[in-house]
Amino acid sequence: MVAQTLYDKVWQQHVVHRYEDGTTLIYIDRHLVHEVTSPQAFEGLHLANRKPWRVDTMLAVPDHNVPTTTDGAGIDDPVSRLQVTTLDQNCHHFGITEFDMSDPRQGIVHVIGPEHGATLPGMTIVCGDSHTSTHGAFGALAFGIGTSEVEHVMATQCLMQRKSKNMRVWLHGDKRPGVTAKDLVLAVIGEIGTAGGTGYAIEFGGPVIQELSMEGRMTVCNMAIEAGARAGMIGVDQTTVDYLKGRPYAPSGENWDMAVEFWSDLKTDKDAVFDHEVTLDVSTLQPQVTWGTSPEMVVDITDTVPNPDDVTDSVKREGMVRALEYMGLTGGTPMNQVELDLVFIGSCTNSRLEDLREAAEVVKGKKVADSIKQALVVPGSGLVKRAAESEGLHQVFIDAGFEWRNPGCSMCLAMNADRLEPGERCASTSNRNFEGRQGQGGRTHLVSPAIAAAAAIAGHFTELTEI
Amino acid sequence: MRAFTVLSGLVLPLDRSNVDTDAIIPKQFLKSVKRTGFGPNLFDEWRYLDHGEPGMDNGNRPANPDFVLNFPRYRNAEVLLARENFGCGSSREHAPWALLDYGIRCVIAPSYADIFFNNCFKNGILPITLNDDVIQSLFEQVEAQPGYSVVVDLPNQTITDPHGEILAFEVETFRKHCLVNGLDDIGLTLQHSNLVKEYEEKRKLETPWLFNR
Repeated sequence: MVAQTLYDKVWQQHVVHRYEDGTTLIYIDRHLVHEVTSPQAFEGLHLANRKPWRVDTMLAVPDHNVPTTTDGAGIDDPVSRLQVTTLDQNCHHFGITEFDMSDPRQGIVHVIGPEHGATLPGMTIVCGDSHTSTHGAFGALAFGIGTSEVEHVMATQCLMQRKSKNMRVWLHGDKRPGVTAKDLVLAVIGEIGTAGGTGYAIEFGGPVIQELSMEGRMTVCNMAIEAGARAGMIGVDQTTVDYLKGRPYAPSGENWDMAVEFWSDLKTDKDAVFDHEVTLDVSTLQPQVTWGTSPEMVVDITDTVPNPDDVTDSVKREGMVRALEYMGLTGGTPMNQVELDLVFIGSCTNSRLEDLREAAEVVKGKKVADSIKQALVVPGSGLVKRAAESEGLHQVFIDAGFEWRNPGCSMCLAMNADRLEPGERCASTSNRNFEGRQGQGGRTHLVSPAIAAAAAIAGHFTELTEI
Repeated sequence: MRAFTVLSGLVLPLDRSNVDTDAIIPKQFLKSVKRTGFGPNLFDEWRYLDHGEPGMDNGNRPANPDFVLNFPRYRNAEVLLARENFGCGSSREHAPWALLDYGIRCVIAPSYADIFFNNCFKNGILPITLNDDVIQSLFEQVEAQPGYSVVVDLPNQTITDPHGEILAFEVETFRKHCLVNGLDDIGLTLQHSNLVKEYEEKRKLETPWLFNR
């Protein structure tokens, strides 16, 4: 038998029909739904008098628009509120399971899927959200789709796709203290660029990946899309199986044993060939900080803002000049002298319990700098919030001067009331530093939870050893 | 979906690489539950000098005179000329909806982000990929010649410039077939519903835990 990659295996197991030119109908096992990219798809179903093919594969949750303030006042903005109630109504109408705003399980769609075992190895998982790549951490083939495709999956349980190419990113070497999953993936994006993974499914592997917890693996796969790859994947091992055991949507009894046996093959065969391979030695890597308006614009925290004059490619140089102008930075400035206005710890990249522990560890017994206007901690889900509170993490943050919020996407994309004002600079544990992403004119620096926490205490970027 | 066959349109040059879908249509406009009405907010943060919110009268907002979309010579453009990795970032289909609502039916660029590329075809927009040198030359020609229009012929896979020069482009057979005929993907897939059911029966035996809830 021909040696296969993990991606090849999961793809092949889901082929329903192949058209002559290679366009393939693949079966979808799990469809996650949120309020922003689904209303037009539901409307399409209504107009064509169609029903979802299998409602039992669907799990819905409002996350992008939900308020994170803890006053229980509901959504102030009528346009946002309509989008959330539209989701409620559609789920009710079609009998789709929804963790609505009043449900203690509500949270960011990419946090709740794994948390409930609705994300399983070997599944095909889609959602109208590009960070669906997160779920690939479980050896699933998971990717973001547009709203037309959301409707297509609802109506047919299938998607028309073309097979991607295979890329492997292999990470080895001993991580330095303070270097986290977020730093690893930012370094990979810095290495291959935001379009480096376009057309590929990226498998992350190597000893550094194997040592990561499931939370860390999710952070890495989450940002595969920031390297251009729709899907990031990691092979199944004991860490994966241990994480899933006993979760509400995970199989149990005989089915559990059968599933674990089936999952044991969900890794790349020894002799499988990748279309492209990237190897990175992480032993000299420092925590990463982005300086520009694209996730590939990233440096070590000990480094300086790069100088466009050092770049020969004119399109790239102009992009750098534009980014520095937007960010209000000049080449040559040491990163650890960059002062912040706000700090945001949250998002589908870094809002899980491990992330909050990592930040709390830095914050414990210290105070947020007076120059920081706002420091937010937004847990990824109601269950993450409850677990963190049972460990007393909320008190660590509150005592230091952070705001302890309710779950949601929040300031990652500022669709709710949490946003930057023009010119404000934010250390953010989210995934995109695009112009205006966190609010028009806002300036975003992507970092790990530990570095964000340290920046809140110092008022500027700083190494963890300096705190 | 509206079919795409032959389009004769003015070319709008957007000389920036890595244009993300947040820039194409900012998040505050994603709160709509409709597919239409996004055109006035296409590239909102670059196009206007003030902060845009849904429900504003866009005709009364201060336009940014330095942004190419506001140059009178490019008014009513239907073809967007762009740089590498166009449409990266968020999967929002609101990006092609905004382009379409503005009047753009065809994008020409050296490369695209995967999800955006796919979303275009679902909405009757043709994204054409040409190599960097050709794109560079097109940028120079468009800027040098006001009124620069092209004829994009999808059935014959050609672009004809104002001088009658013809460029060929590639497009996947199946996508072309759907676009030329304006076919609804869902209808096509449902023609294979017996295959979907057969697949499900096979998978129920192999992976029963995927059918329990």
